[in-house]
Amino acid sequence: MALVHVKSFIPRHTRKSLAWPAVAVVFVALLALIPLVFAYSFPPLTGRIVDAAHIIPVDAASRITPKLESLEAKSGIQLVVATVSSLSGDDIEPYANALFRAWGLGEKQKNNGVLLLVAPNEHKVRIEVGYGLEGTLTDALSKIIIINAMVPRFKAGDYGGGIERGVDDIITVLTTDSSEWQKRPDLRIVDGGSTFDEVIPFLVLGLFIFIFYLITPTRERGNFLSFLLGLIMSSRRGGYYGDRFDGGFGRGGGGWSNGGFSGGGGSSGGGGASGSW
Amino acid sequence: MLSYPCFSYSFFRPTGRLLPALRAFAVLALIGVGVSGCGYNTIPTLEEAAKAKWADVQNQYQRRADLIPNLVATVQGYAKQEKEVLTSVVEARAKATSVTLDASQLTDPDKVKQFQEAQTQLSGALGRLLAVSENYPELKSNQNFLALQSQLEGTENRISVARRDYIDAVRAYNLSLKTLPSLFWAATFFRANKPMAEFAASETAQTPPQVKF
Repeated sequence: MALVHVKSFIPRHTRKSLAWPAVAVVFVALLALIPLVFAYSFPPLTGRIVDAAHIIPVDAASRITPKLESLEAKSGIQLVVATVSSLSGDDIEPYANALFRAWGLGEKQKNNGVLLLVAPNEHKVRIEVGYGLEGTLTDALSKIIIINAMVPRFKAGDYGGGIERGVDDIITVLTTDSSEWQKRPDLRIVDGGSTFDEVIPFLVLGLFIFIFYLITPTRERGNFLSFLLGLIMSSRRGGYYGDRFDGGFGRGGGGWSNGGFSGGGGSSGGGGASGSW
Repeated sequence: MLSYPCFSYSFFRPTGRLLPALRAFAVLALIGVGVSGCGYNTIPTLEEAAKAKWADVQNQYQRRADLIPNLVATVQGYAKQEKEVLTSVVEARAKATSVTLDASQLTDPDKVKQFQEAQTQLSGALGRLLAVSENYPELKSNQNFLALQSQLEGTENRISVARRDYIDAVRAYNLSLKTLPSLFWAATFFRANKPMAEFAASETAQTPPQVKF
């Protein structure tokens, strides 16, 4: 019913003109929303503890999460605990590095992220340290934490205790150096240069539309706002087309919500240490 | 009920106005292409990115070379009789630090191969040294040695990551020299740009020195 109503308001001679090119453009744009497929299967970053292997007891998780939150609130360091049931047949080092980069832990400018990854089925554990923290949480310290705090407990089957103790030790190392432990200012000053770069394509597009508008014969164009409305209205066909458009964005929108925690875009260069039991 | 009093659709009327509209659009498209530079920047940007990744790789190799004197001194304290292995490590390190490869030589596959061979030789010598140190329990439990081991492992991992990043950057650059939008620029302004050499996987499967506790 809605299809019939909308169609009757659009003069017949314009229906064929821009329909298919517009459909094609939107289809290509929707294709671009499909995320890149990695060879590994990564769990989504649903929070600061991603227990995909289901080995962390609930009470341990409820003690660990506040510590991780306060670490980020005070120093901006994103420490994330992850457990996976399978390393997709690879070593833990490349897997941890790829997972760290996929999640983008730590702030983009500072690269201050740490990933504590446990693979209980492969009996491997790794602390992956971002570029910015390699001087503080050194390889040797990571190894000591793994060997002393985590592996003995994992050998005894106490995953919750081992992870909790490992997190405590990591936080101690990271916060002993007082320069890491500063309350972040409430006002976040965004780097002006990078956002301007993102805005440029839209400015160029707006410029073209304005030039388009200027070359339209004066008699037929009305004012600029109505010209824009005309461009937008003439390419929509309501009904089935609108549903397809909304469906695509609905899928994209659903994928983004994850409880408010997300990576800051930082990266890691392979620093840290691994252990096994 | 919707109504459209303020504008008309006659701009899009197909007959009579099509050719002038197409002409105007073509002019706009050309102006747009001129303003955006149409991908002229792609090749230099990718080249610089690959060179920067190469600098990272070199840094990590240098870091490994810097760890070795300390390692050799520690092992010598416990395993003086293993002269042969210790000497081979010291010599391999000297050779590896003497073969330098700066960013401008990356397009020469022979130089890259030479560099890689020197580093592979050092990896082999290090592997042998660590295997030998397994026979000395006092050495294995020495705290200094353990710390050096973990640093060495970490550095080997960083070398792998840096090499992977470099290979990705080089692939992107080499592709830009051969694939379509930037191919036009490659054939005209960037004719002097040659593809960079990637790392070849060495014949002996190179595993980083493993430490077993």
